Formats: sequence, structure tokens, C-alpha cells
Amino acid sequence: MTFALEIVIAAFLVAGGIFGLIGSYGLLRLRDPMQRLHAPTKATTIGVGTALVASAFHLALQGQGVSWHELMIAIFLLLTAPVSALFLAKTHIFRTFPKSDLPDPGTGTPWATHDAAWPAKPDRINPPS
Amino acid sequence: MLRKLLPHPYLSLTLFVVWMLLVNQFKIGSLVMAAILALIIPHLTAAWWPDRPPIRRPLSLFAYALLVLWDVIVANFQVARIVLFMPNARIRSAWITVPLDLKTPEAITLLAGTITMTPGTLTADMSSCGRALLIHALHAPDPDAVRDDIKSRYEARLKRIFE
Repeated sequence: MTFALEIVIAAFLVAGGIFGLIGSYGLLRLRDPMQRLHAPTKATTIGVGTALVASAFHLALQGQGVSWHELMIAIFLLLTAPVSALFLAKTHIFRTFPKSDLPDPGTGTPWATHDAAWPAKPDRINPPS
Repeated sequence: MLRKLLPHPYLSLTLFVVWMLLVNQFKIGSLVMAAILALIIPHLTAAWWPDRPPIRRPLSLFAYALLVLWDVIVANFQVARIVLFMPNARIRSAWITVPLDLKTPEAITLLAGTITMTPGTLTADMSSCGRALLIHALHAPDPDAVRDDIKSRYEARLKRIFE
């Protein structure tokens, strides 16, 4: 039983390593910065995720009871990855994309990064249509 | 009175639970510390978060989390396949505008986060009035299908939960 579980843990670790490697490889081979943002935000989440599953199984196997830290790390990762990706994307848009290169928002207002008046006052956001 | 004491009940509950899970041991001292944090932090951050998010159906929010988790796993395999096997010349990246029906800021934040974590799409910006999101898709031969998929799969569910 223990041996079988150890094989499962090892499999999760290897899978995590492979996905981390794919994410880094994607960072290298994709062409422009926006494409490159995709590889680390996704392929790496499952890499870290499987490593965390392996860690949780390993601790349970050693009889240290259930550890909640893995769940916490996973949640923090899911919460923070989109925020950092958004910041990178906005910086990139601000520095290199003129308005004409982006599609029209279709709302009569520009994208927030191109709006000199942003951050807007709260009453300007979501005005009743 | 209770509203003044706990400006964000869900935030307080989350802080309490997160602290207990971080400590990872059940002790009276940590219970007290968790309660103190759950009381103080919402007050310190209330200035930047004036309204309470109206969560109509907490259970659906849980179901939504499971759906997103599943999609994140599928997304990883799809992106891995594109990264490994698709030649650069064949990758069709696209900018997509997604008009929003959602009005609640918390729901829009959740939707933007979901889009970033799921199949080959990434939230890049929001229109300054908050009624459209700018999405970048890694490989989207049919951008309109991606937009419709986001609207029907995620936004419709979030609308049921929050509005």
C-alpha cells in the first residue's frame, strides 16, 4: 500500500516538473510578449498544483495528518496569478500598443490603459445605461 | 451595529478560516488571533471596498469554483499542446472584445480572473466605463466563438450568483 502511494506521489512530482518545464519552454519559444504571458500563467499553475498534491499525499503518508498549507498555496496562487498577468499586460499595452492596434471597446469609452482620466471617480464606472 | 462591527462578513469569515488553516494546529491562542485579524483587517481595508458584494447563491459560487478548477486543468493540457507542437507560423493570436452584462465589480473581477486562468485566454484590460473587457487569445482561429463561450459558460453563471 505504501509503495503504491509512493509511486503515485512520484508520478505527481514528475508531472509537475514536466508542466513547469513546458511553461518555461513556452516563455522562450513564443514570439511576442502577449503570447509569452500565456505560457507561465497556465502551464505553470498545474505544475505547482501537482507538486502540492504530491506534498499533501507525502505528509499524509508520514502520518503527520492532513496539512492545509497546500490548499492555501493553491488558492493564493489562483488569486494572485491573474493580477500579476493583468499588470504585465497593461504595462505592455501602455508602452507599445497605440489605440489603433487594439479592437474598439464598443462602449464609447477607451480602454482604461489609454484613458488619461483613469482611475476614474467611482460614479464614472458602470453608469446606468 | 453588527454592520459597523463587521463591514464585510464574508471577508471576516475568510480571514478567520485562512488564519486557522495557516497555523495548521488547533489552539485557543490561534483562535483569538484569527478573531482579532478577522475584526481588524476589514476595517483597515473598508476605505477601498465600500460596498458589500451581493452573493445571492453561495452554493452556486462553490459549484462555479469546481467548474473553473476543471477548466484550469483542461486549459493546461491545451496550452501545453500548443506550446510543444504548434509551429509559430500557425499560432493565430487575437485580441477580443467581450462586452459585459455584469455590473457588480466583484463579479467582473472574478470573471477577469477566470478568463486569465482558463483555455488560452488572458484578460489584458477593461474599458474605462467598466462595460467591456479586452481579452488576448493565444490561439483563436474563430475569435467570436471564444467571446460567446466566455459569455455563456462563465458570465451567465456569475450573473446568476451575483445579480
